[in-house]
Amino acid sequence: MDTLVHNSVHVVLALTLPPLLLGLIAKTKALFAGRKGPPLLQWYFDLIRLFQKGSVFSQTTTWVFRAGPVVGLVTAAMAILLIPMVNGIAPLSFTGDLIFLAYILGLGRFFTALAALDTGSSFEGMGAAREVTFACLAEPAFILGLMVLAKLSGSLKLATMLDGSLATHWSSSGASLVLVLLSWFIILLAENSRIPFDDPNTHLELTMIHEVMVLDHSGPALGMILYGAALKLFVFAALIVRLALPVNMGDPWLDWPLFIGGTLLVAMLVGVVESVMARLRLTHVPVLLIAACLLSAFGAILLVR
Amino acid sequence: MLLFLLAIATLLLGGGAAYLYRSSAKAATWVGAGTAVLGSVFGLVSAFQALAHGGTDGLRLAWSIPLGSFYIEIDPLTAFFMVPLFVLAPLAALYGGNYLYAYKEKKSLGPPWFLYNLLIAAIAMVFVARNGILFLMAWEIMALSAYFLVCFEHEKESVRKAGWAYLVASHIAFALLIVAFVLLGRGAGTLDFDQFPNAFSSRSIGWATGNTIWILAIIGFGLKAGFVPLHVWLPEAHPAAPSHVSAVMSGILIKTGLYGLLRLLTFDRTPAPWVGLTLAGLGLLTAFLGIAMALQQRDIKRVLAYSSIENMGLIAFSMGLGLWGMAQRLPEVALLGMTGALLHIWNHALMKGLLFLSAGSILHGTGTKDMERLGGLLRLMPFTGSTMILGSVALAALPPLNGFVSKWLMYMSLMKYSMATETAGSLMAHFGVGLLALIGGLSVVTFVRLTGIVLLGAPRDKTVTHVHESSKWMTGPMQLLALLCLVIAVIPQRTAGLFGGVLQQMIGWEGMHSSPEWEWPSASLEIAGAINAWTLLAVLTLAAVLWVRTRRFVGPQASTWGCGYVRPTVRMQYTGRSFVEMIAEHLLPRFLRPRTRREAPRGLFPAGKADFESQSPDPVDQKVYAPFFCYWADRFSRLRILQQGKVHVYLLYIMFTVVLALAWASIRTWFWGVS
Repeated sequence: MDTLVHNSVHVVLALTLPPLLLGLIAKTKALFAGRKGPPLLQWYFDLIRLFQKGSVFSQTTTWVFRAGPVVGLVTAAMAILLIPMVNGIAPLSFTGDLIFLAYILGLGRFFTALAALDTGSSFEGMGAAREVTFACLAEPAFILGLMVLAKLSGSLKLATMLDGSLATHWSSSGASLVLVLLSWFIILLAENSRIPFDDPNTHLELTMIHEVMVLDHSGPALGMILYGAALKLFVFAALIVRLALPVNMGDPWLDWPLFIGGTLLVAMLVGVVESVMARLRLTHVPVLLIAACLLSAFGAILLVR
Repeated sequence: MLLFLLAIATLLLGGGAAYLYRSSAKAATWVGAGTAVLGSVFGLVSAFQALAHGGTDGLRLAWSIPLGSFYIEIDPLTAFFMVPLFVLAPLAALYGGNYLYAYKEKKSLGPPWFLYNLLIAAIAMVFVARNGILFLMAWEIMALSAYFLVCFEHEKESVRKAGWAYLVASHIAFALLIVAFVLLGRGAGTLDFDQFPNAFSSRSIGWATGNTIWILAIIGFGLKAGFVPLHVWLPEAHPAAPSHVSAVMSGILIKTGLYGLLRLLTFDRTPAPWVGLTLAGLGLLTAFLGIAMALQQRDIKRVLAYSSIENMGLIAFSMGLGLWGMAQRLPEVALLGMTGALLHIWNHALMKGLLFLSAGSILHGTGTKDMERLGGLLRLMPFTGSTMILGSVALAALPPLNGFVSKWLMYMSLMKYSMATETAGSLMAHFGVGLLALIGGLSVVTFVRLTGIVLLGAPRDKTVTHVHESSKWMTGPMQLLALLCLVIAVIPQRTAGLFGGVLQQMIGWEGMHSSPEWEWPSASLEIAGAINAWTLLAVLTLAAVLWVRTRRFVGPQASTWGCGYVRPTVRMQYTGRSFVEMIAEHLLPRFLRPRTRREAPRGLFPAGKADFESQSPDPVDQKVYAPFFCYWADRFSRLRILQQGKVHVYLLYIMFTVVLALAWASIRTWFWGVS
């Protein structure tokens, strides 16, 4: 019964909270710019509106174009089920799920990129090429970071890797974990196409990766893409919160609010980064991603020695 | 055993009959393809019987060849390799019947069908042979029949060159294997395989000889399997062959190299630890180089050939990890690694078979395999395109398909190893995981590019006309292979459940089979199957919901938004080359980068022509083999006087050699009394 309640809270939270993070990022950025900014719930309004619209499909496209948003959303949703939010439990948890997490996100990327290529637009081809290219570097960094946690916890289950015992490892191997945390934050920015990798607020050539891939999607399809992107941001934010605040108070009334507060904090942090930084030149993006790989690798070296 | 002999007889007789009917394309096709299917069905039944029952079944006949005996046996390892052979071969034959028929005006179809059936029979004989001479004979027949099949379109110079590269590589491997078998035979006193394990365990094959045999085997069998740096023949030969032959070559033929290594492992149950480490390291190197080259190719069959190199690397890596786990007494690592390797052998046979057949269907339907001229084929060839996308997801090792399951086992094995050890070993394993992730990322790039450029968007070249979907005879086998991929993806535990006997042959030490870890992979395979099924179900459900929801809203069809530009053309689409520009020119190590030559337009009002050229030659071929062989070809040209081009002169050489060898033997007996 307890697990059932826990899993229900997990699923409900996972499905409802993500758009709020995006709203919070926008609000933080507006605050920094001295504007009032859109309401916090703007993304919910946008999504509801999009799901009520019709879609226009290009004549060039095939079923792949329609499969892209579906697969993108499903994979992000499956990924969320793997992430423990409190107390080392996740609705979907098995030995080796860390690899499944990385690869299910890869599946989403595969179809998002194919859907972009399906339009035959040079812009979207460009976005697809960049998305899969940067993922080549982001994936090793992410998995290397997970390996550090696996080695520390002696388990290949995300839920066990990120449970309360991580707190004790912070005192013994804090340096490794700080490096992984830094690396993952870079990965969060890269995978979710945030500044300094990409600017989600502009269109066309200024936005070079994610937004350019979804230029031709409209209506519910676009809604699914945006929702999927929000879920993906939530996946990474949740991982970072569990890594940075692996506390387990034993009382769900404290644990859940703490977790939610943590994710909101991560969103604000993203907003701050977006406010104080400019987008990197495209040729410098791989350098930052390689730096993320190296951070994770050094984390492993410090741990193993 | 009787069924197996029946299978071989059917294949050989059918092949011969197809040759006799060569004057009629129709008769040769029906007889050749029909007997290939029939023989394979017999073979498949016998293989499944052996896998399910786990026992061995042998047959030994006297044979007049010195040291030779007609000794064949079906044990779990043999049956394990025969299953993908007899699954892929008939499907490729059905497909090939239609595929080759297009050449009926130009060529006689009797010889290719004779050779195809001979090839299948020879591969099967390689798997069952239990005598050195018999094995080597089957090996050579296999290599030669594949050579003639590669040279099917011998009027093209590129095909002749590819065949030549294949022939040379095969014979270097053959020479090394002869030496390996001589060493084995000298230690055991016979060339029958059943005596070899004793020779290893009784130390009559000592430490030095044993290691020499392993080195020779890794090079000899590695040449067949396409391990880097011995891979250069593979991306030439596989694309040159007719597509159904490419499928068999990439799906099964190169795996005879892996079979050889695993067979040697049944002789020497405890190889030196370096064997495992070497295979694992060589495998990772092979996988990385293979995929890094695959993503640069513009010939779709070359992409697939390089991807085969990558996958052979992954299998070798996983095998090596299994051996290393055995050497270190880590049952989980050993089991996961070996199971991953075995499952990937089956998976790769299905996936690569499927993709080569799709590529052949595209070549058949459009007349080109140059991806920069293709595009938008999914609309024109819906069946080929859809199965090709499915195969690409599988080959990119993504869930929910079978490629993910075996790759997942590899990751798990490496991670378990990292967690079980400290310091250097753990760190190496850590970085191995990072490299595997990088290889995974690059394979996603490769297959997004392959399917995205070829199947999606708009056709890039208006001269590619008359595009048509292939007939049911060609799409049917592809759909069946796709279905098999799905089946393995959903019930991998059942599939790997058949491997129990093979695993016992490969891995084992005292008390191993009673240890609690023995059962371990089956549980995680069950999870992998379930998670794949759930993912599939989730995608299908959401797609159905969306379809129902948006059916009423099917909006107006419009052209792709050109970002305000009103006259976009198909030539403005991203090409295969531009898709990997950043990886190929900035991220890959320098020696893997393509060679480019560009002449940019100059001045404010450029009038002259601009030019861009990019080539991705194989770095190992360019930097190592080409200079080496050119140097020696130059030196050896002085020996041309010996090469008369007359058969009787060559017979004379052979006679001289035999006389000299006999003389040497009698002199040895005479002087030193050794016989």
